[in-house]
Amino acid sequence: MGFNKYQVQHFFRNTLLHIFLLTVTVSCLFPIFWMIRSSLMSGTTIFTDQALIPVDLNWHNYVVAWTRGNFAVYFINSLIYTISVVTGIVVIASLAAFAFSRLQFPGKNAIFYVFVAALMIPLPGSFVPLFVLMNKLHLVDTRMGYILCMINVGLSLSILLLKTFFDKMSPDLENAARIDGCNQLQIWWYVALPLAAPALAVVVIYNSLNVWNEYILATVLLSNQDLMPLQRGLMVFNGPYQVDYPVLMAGLTMTAIPVIAIYLLMQKHIVKGLSSGAVVG
Amino acid sequence: MFVKTNGRYSNTKSLDAFTNFLFIVPAVTIFIIFYVYPFFELFNLSLYQWSGIGPKTFVGMRNFQELATDKVWWLSMGQAGYVTLIALTFQNALAFALALACDREIRMKRFYRLVFFIPPVLSEVVVGFLWNWMLNSGTHQGHQVGLVNNFLTHIGFPQLVHDWLSDPKTSLTCIAVVHSWKGFGWGFIMLLAGLQTIDRQLYEAARIDGAGSWRLFWHVTVPMMVPVIMVVVMLTILGSMQVFVLIFSLVNQGLVYHTDVPVIRIFSSMWGTNQFGYACAQAVVFGISLVAVSFTLKAFSNRIKQV
Amino acid sequence: MKLFLALLCGLMLAATACGCGQSGKEANTIEVWHWMTDRQDAFEVLARKYEAQTGIKVKLALFAPSDAYTQKIIAAAQANILPDVYSILDKKAIVAAFIKAGFVADLTDAFQMDNNAWEKSLFTKAVDVNRFVEGNVDGVKPGIYGVPIDVGSQQLLYNKTLLRQAGITRPPATFEEWLADIDVLRRAGITPFVSGFGELWLIDCFASNYAFNIMGEQKVFDTFRGKVSYTDPDWLRVFTIFKTLHDRGAFMNGIVTKGNKLAEQDFAVFERAAFTFNGAWSVHVYRQMRPDLDYGVVPLPVFNPALPMVSWGGAETSLVVNNLSPDKDKAIAFLKWLTAREQQVFLFTHLYSLPVNREAMAGVPENLAAFSRVMETSTHPKVWPVNEDPLVSEAFLKGIQAIIIGEKTPQAVARDVQLVKDRQIEKASQP
Repeated sequence: MGFNKYQVQHFFRNTLLHIFLLTVTVSCLFPIFWMIRSSLMSGTTIFTDQALIPVDLNWHNYVVAWTRGNFAVYFINSLIYTISVVTGIVVIASLAAFAFSRLQFPGKNAIFYVFVAALMIPLPGSFVPLFVLMNKLHLVDTRMGYILCMINVGLSLSILLLKTFFDKMSPDLENAARIDGCNQLQIWWYVALPLAAPALAVVVIYNSLNVWNEYILATVLLSNQDLMPLQRGLMVFNGPYQVDYPVLMAGLTMTAIPVIAIYLLMQKHIVKGLSSGAVVG
Repeated sequence: MFVKTNGRYSNTKSLDAFTNFLFIVPAVTIFIIFYVYPFFELFNLSLYQWSGIGPKTFVGMRNFQELATDKVWWLSMGQAGYVTLIALTFQNALAFALALACDREIRMKRFYRLVFFIPPVLSEVVVGFLWNWMLNSGTHQGHQVGLVNNFLTHIGFPQLVHDWLSDPKTSLTCIAVVHSWKGFGWGFIMLLAGLQTIDRQLYEAARIDGAGSWRLFWHVTVPMMVPVIMVVVMLTILGSMQVFVLIFSLVNQGLVYHTDVPVIRIFSSMWGTNQFGYACAQAVVFGISLVAVSFTLKAFSNRIKQV
Repeated sequence: MKLFLALLCGLMLAATACGCGQSGKEANTIEVWHWMTDRQDAFEVLARKYEAQTGIKVKLALFAPSDAYTQKIIAAAQANILPDVYSILDKKAIVAAFIKAGFVADLTDAFQMDNNAWEKSLFTKAVDVNRFVEGNVDGVKPGIYGVPIDVGSQQLLYNKTLLRQAGITRPPATFEEWLADIDVLRRAGITPFVSGFGELWLIDCFASNYAFNIMGEQKVFDTFRGKVSYTDPDWLRVFTIFKTLHDRGAFMNGIVTKGNKLAEQDFAVFERAAFTFNGAWSVHVYRQMRPDLDYGVVPLPVFNPALPMVSWGGAETSLVVNNLSPDKDKAIAFLKWLTAREQQVFLFTHLYSLPVNREAMAGVPENLAAFSRVMETSTHPKVWPVNEDPLVSEAFLKGIQAIIIGEKTPQAVARDVQLVKDRQIEKASQP
């Protein structure tokens, strides 16, 4: 026999590994394939056409989705909301997480635990008091009001996640920076944030997806149709009685692209530790 | 924790604590306005009988007393627990296995990293539509309509054909499996992020000491990953205990009470039966239970760290 | 540095975001909040037409899906910033609470002006849904408080091709006939019945139609009042209908968790079932999915030949006017215009919604007209003098689901429902 035991074992292990990975891959890719396929069909052929790739490709659905869904306006709105909320969360949560992890002040643990507890308590009825409060603050029907609410939604989880990573950080770099005359804020900016890049990337992805797909709060808080996010555009095709599947799928496909782009962009930071050598240990 | 080594600062300790405190001021401000205040309002409402509009009647703790004997409510808690248990084991095992695989030097790992994040990005509309088709138990002219039943018939197991979503025995499990499939991508990227931060030299050192892959996993990878695993576990519990959109898209208003979870009960009290106060009481009890679970978990993880 | 730039961009965006403040209400404008995604385009055409005719601008804001819309209405009511025209998508008791809180205008005078001209032009049952009669249980001042904009009812639909295939020549008129048809269909390998029974209101409608047919409306109301028990033989008959249909194999597998949209596809696109139970809008849905579907519409087959089969029907959608609005009269005038013949014909031709205006019925095709033909004999929970406690309703509907999946017997469900009823009666009698 030309193979030794180790090689055979290695071969089988690798094959099994790839079979496993490919099975999961198929289950993940199929929905995307189906979504794009459906987006290219017409209202009548979507249910009847059995071909893997439809004969007539209805690219027109994308145009219809873009115009009828008023995507030109809603896309920009969603971009504004996503960028503002994510930026807000990254700054506010990382400042807080840094303080909870590295700095001393009275009541630190208690406040942190309240944040974590808040993560657990859903507030399904809170929109009534929230709306009344926002109305008093003149924040109803404003972008700012919606952005602040959404920052709050992602805050607890982001703090928890970032604190976990800051906790793992070695104090050596921090001490070195301090000796070089950095103040706390500079340490946060020049030392802690770059080191927590993978966690920040997760925070960005998580919150982007959250804001991008949100519509209940937007519906409740915003009345001016020009301030609505992207999901409002999609609703037009997903009626209470009537669903325009091809156009809805075209809209959903377009909606998914930016999120996947953000993921691709951020993913580099998650795996960066690999190339640059592990700095956190 | 960082310990200050320079004695000069000790004089200005309180000032220092104050500047440190400034770091959390933005977070705390937003939190108080948009979370703490609504929470207390919510708690306040739970003491009233109220239909959502019109006058409220103060009933004290009666909503809570009633909730204590509400069998459907406690059943729904148990059912959410069941979904969570499956997510904790199945979903996280899958996520960890995939993260480990993608942490190694294998071919196409960039591709895999992209692909595994597709389910979380997918709209519930697509997920609901596709899984409804997969699990469909209807027949048409003698043929199985659903993909799963069709497959079972074709590979020669027609006796396994089943009414997946409308049988109390399998309905909740199917929901849990779909939920795990939709959610494993999150565990995957977080665990992958955690794995990336482990110093490769640790592996080398252990390998030189003669450790096999299994030992390497248990004695190097797992201990280093405990904090990240704890975060993933906590997020899984949160995500799974609060699952409901997926349930709506799979079984609509539910299979009798067999697919109800607390969030669905809360919505049904609020909109279905117009007991706003009762719904708030349910939300409070649900939240407190979750807090209790997560703090138990926290204590547990602290003990692991000490070992 | 990159990160810093990104942060800067974000902060700038946030700053521009703050810039756009709230704009106050414009003069000569009516604001309408609705939830009907599929009608937005047609409504906007009408709004432009109205502006051209009267100079009054109608601002239509769409908030979907309907559960988000409901939340918005409740929240806006608390903050007192409801629009001029909106909808209350809830039970009559909740509509009553809105009225008593002063959020809904009394439209009786407008309806009865000029010798009841407006009221007479619309289907009586559709107006009745919005009417509070003398001595109503909710304690609301008698009157009409909403404007119906379309009508509908729930009926049995049958696939003519499939029935012909099985050798059935005409749709069933009695329950016995229906059961015989079901047996024939089963033998021909055709699934007899599908419906969106995962949506409880469809079960509610189906069950309540049979309850009215079996025991008559007085006994149903007496049950709601607590004078008749759910363990009464007549109610057992109602529960047993579901058991019989289940035992005969009438239901498509998975019917209890099926949404109506999927049931519509099963019936119309794939022709997987011979019968379905659905509302008037389905005519439009089927037409879009399968223009060539050959089907008919009949009332549910009667169980008790001594009494008629009354179906749920009336206004499908109603709009109310905000009593606190300074433009109340303008809003009422707009709604009156919306229900006039010309606009109703327009809505019908564009959306296939059943006109609420009697004069707009000409030209409505047979299958759709079948839904409105029962209008004069139809009934609706919103016209009943008394409604069941929602908790009892929930136990009732979930119980029927349990019967359909063979988990519980009709007797067991009747007992369970009565237990909930007793508890609710006891609770109501407490101070």
